[in-house]
Amino acid sequence: MESEFAAQLEELKARVADLEQNAQENKLSMVVFSGDMDKALASLIIATGAAAMGMEVMMFFTFWATPLLRDPQKASPAKDMMGTMFGTMLPKGAAKAQLSKMNFGGMGAKMMQALMNSKNVASLPQMIELAGELGIKICICDMSMSLMGFKREEMIAYPDLMYCGVAKFLEQALGSKVQLFI
Amino acid sequence: MSTMAFDKELDLRNLPCPMPVVKISKGIKEVAVGGVVKAVTTDPGARTDFPAWAKTSGNQILDTQESGGEVSFFIKRMK
Repeated sequence: MESEFAAQLEELKARVADLEQNAQENKLSMVVFSGDMDKALASLIIATGAAAMGMEVMMFFTFWATPLLRDPQKASPAKDMMGTMFGTMLPKGAAKAQLSKMNFGGMGAKMMQALMNSKNVASLPQMIELAGELGIKICICDMSMSLMGFKREEMIAYPDLMYCGVAKFLEQALGSKVQLFI
Repeated sequence: MSTMAFDKELDLRNLPCPMPVVKISKGIKEVAVGGVVKAVTTDPGARTDFPAWAKTSGNQILDTQESGGEVSFFIKRMK
């Protein structure tokens, strides 16, 4: 009898250890795909809110969100024709992001900024800075960088900025209780 | 309105989402464990945000007082 219990106990211990290893933690993993000001702002409000609640946050910036992390103060390095085209057509940094609706050729974005200012709502560049202060990790998609011709030296100086592929994001996502795509 | 003792006051008036929760998460560390922070907010979202934040961060809201558009939360630092 005793040996039966002992065997079951060992098996249970092994299963608990396995569960603990694969458990989802108080983490938030987000894909930030959209380069629109409104959507990016939402992602940063959620991220900073999560950090304030004690969650560990990782944001994976990819595709249209990639140019939001360009530093408007840094000169663009030399690029090929496609890279130069993307560089000109896409916003140079978060302050230049446009609205997903009612942008009215740029007027909408400006009106939204003015409205946000009047209500003390932080702008997108300010939110990104706040995210850095709160220890939120940002990973930029390597593939988006190479497709759009962006170089690492033209991106903002964000604390512990990383460049990675999809597997890195998925690894984080697997271990996170909350996963979002914006 | 009963008066509640507190060790530190945090003026979060006119700060909209997500700033109130961000500030309280930092502000709570400025009192010792067992200390009480009084957070004064005007953001309507704070009403639901603060209880949610308290629950996940493991701190306790001792009292909530409302006066003229301002909501004051008395929060005890539990850890």
